[in-house]
Amino acid sequence: MSASVNPTPGPITYREACRQGLRDALLNDPKTFLMGEDIGRYGGCYAVTKGLLDEFGEERVRDTPLSESAYVGAGIGAALTGMRPIVEIMTVNFSLLALDQIVNNAATIPHMSGGQFAVPLVIRIATGGGRRVAAQHSHSLEGWYAHIPGLRILAPAVLEDARFMLAAALADPNPVLIFEHVMLYNVEGELDPAVIGVDIDRAKVRREGSDVSVIAYGNGLFKALAAAETLAADEISSEVVDLRVLRPLDTATILASVAKTRRCVIVDEGWKSGSLAAEIGMRIVEQAFFDLDAPLRRVCGREVPMPYAAHLEDAALPQAADIVAAARGLVHPA
Amino acid sequence: MSARVHLDHDHVRHLLRQMIRIRHFESKCVELYQAQKILGFLHLYDGEEAVSVGVMEALRPEDAIVATYREHGQAIARGIAMDVLMAEMLGKQEGCCRGRGGSMHIFDRKTRFYGGNAIVGGGLPLSVGVALGDKMQGRPAVTACFFGDGAVDEGEFHESMNLAAVWRLPVLFVCENNLYAMGMALERAEAQTDIVSKAAGYRMPGVAVDGMDVVAVEGAARNAVEQIRAGGGPQFLECRTYRFRAHSMFDAQQYRSKEEIETWRKKGPIVRFQGWLVTNGLIREDEVHRIEAEAEAEIKEAVAFAEAGTLEPVEELERFVTMDAVPA
Repeated sequence: MSASVNPTPGPITYREACRQGLRDALLNDPKTFLMGEDIGRYGGCYAVTKGLLDEFGEERVRDTPLSESAYVGAGIGAALTGMRPIVEIMTVNFSLLALDQIVNNAATIPHMSGGQFAVPLVIRIATGGGRRVAAQHSHSLEGWYAHIPGLRILAPAVLEDARFMLAAALADPNPVLIFEHVMLYNVEGELDPAVIGVDIDRAKVRREGSDVSVIAYGNGLFKALAAAETLAADEISSEVVDLRVLRPLDTATILASVAKTRRCVIVDEGWKSGSLAAEIGMRIVEQAFFDLDAPLRRVCGREVPMPYAAHLEDAALPQAADIVAAARGLVHPA
Repeated sequence: MSARVHLDHDHVRHLLRQMIRIRHFESKCVELYQAQKILGFLHLYDGEEAVSVGVMEALRPEDAIVATYREHGQAIARGIAMDVLMAEMLGKQEGCCRGRGGSMHIFDRKTRFYGGNAIVGGGLPLSVGVALGDKMQGRPAVTACFFGDGAVDEGEFHESMNLAAVWRLPVLFVCENNLYAMGMALERAEAQTDIVSKAAGYRMPGVAVDGMDVVAVEGAARNAVEQIRAGGGPQFLECRTYRFRAHSMFDAQQYRSKEEIETWRKKGPIVRFQGWLVTNGLIREDEVHRIEAEAEAEIKEAVAFAEAGTLEPVEELERFVTMDAVPA
């Protein structure tokens, strides 16, 4: 692998970390190429792919028509021939137009063909709420995809994961969906120079603690970390687990944390009913019931289509204060 | 009949033999279905054999196929061995997909057969990608994508035709127009029933051909594939054909008349080609009988192979849900 360090030391954004990951991929493997709507001349709807068309040309940075099913399916087909396509879908709501290709083809062909074919495809999808773009651009449907056998589902939250998860995803011979939360693209920070790769089998404890585990991913991670600061002022010690791999779930890391803290809050921007949070909670109940000193708590998205008005959208999304309240209630029940 | 197809004895015998092999293979499948050895859905190609047999003649081993769920004919014409096909139908691990796919999901790496796609229209985007991948890797391959008139109703048809045309990809779109999408008649489903005319909307060259005439299909496919190989981008081939039997094994066929079926049967691809060959002295009756006997023997062996096949251990149920490596 070449050029896998930040070429300009200093603070970078999550967006730039993603872009550097893509650039690395294109530099390192001639079989990789990018495909998606407005990723080339426009530079990407979230500007993640800006400049890559000029550097790599139209053959490898492919602007597509507004045909999610066709270009995602084309990614699957190209992967079947040995290419390593990286497909971008503007937002998770649009990915529903390609759901057939993802669920009925990408996820099934290896098994259905008796192992004759692999689908080494990466799909990057922007997800999540907070940008005041209402009910057709703001949902968190990654939990749906995490339901599907055959897919690996990733949710980078920290800069290092944004920077290096793509390389790990490309090394996986299976279809990998990477969900980038829209509120993170502008987040700025320093990359840890010690990190040069990501283990996409494992969740990561981002803050050690002893009283309560807070399991979160994506933008929820930062709300959980903010909540942990507030709770610390109350002398409640929170352990924050960055789930980051939504499928296959790293149950061992979750259970180890719960065994330590004996209490657990699960944060999930997705709707509560049938959510990923429900799955995590159930695994804890099945495998660690007797480790628990308190009921499980979930802080999830409110069960409404995402509204436009700022105060309503804020109310629909999990907030740090909700996490604080849930954790407090477990540690100091009324 | 096209002048481009050399109708020497070996070739006409081969075309007839391929169609007879498919027809007889499927007759055996019906028996095995009735004996409950083949389960699930069974979609027969009876009446449409000329389409696959004709198109495959235009393809080379390095080319790729994306097929439908009515794909026994496509699979056999492509050269997938009957024994692994039959074993697949019987759900045996000696089957081409270890018994995971069954009748509707035939995949075969050796012949570049990318399914067996049972979502109508779902194979079209895949074919665009296979062609794209081959083109980007400098392989001089053509991808033949088979689909029915029902797929034309789907959004994927429009998206895939357009994308293949915009990127000038080497795809041969083959519409097997058998006039019915399951029970939905073409004229009830499409505002424009002249399917080939839709290709013009993508500035894609298109030809409609009598899909009951194997030589016409072969000639049209050869023309189209030649233009694709010359770098002309995708081509569209509508093969007008008819399905003699029910959509699947659960179909009372209330949407069409017996008279209609009988009228088409008289135009059947085998009866017509065979009759023409015999009348014109291109093949003798006894040769036809020999072809039929050979097909029966081949099918008997395939059934024996499949019956003797073994069941994949249940412990392997989750194998290949995810792959450890991309197969070399």
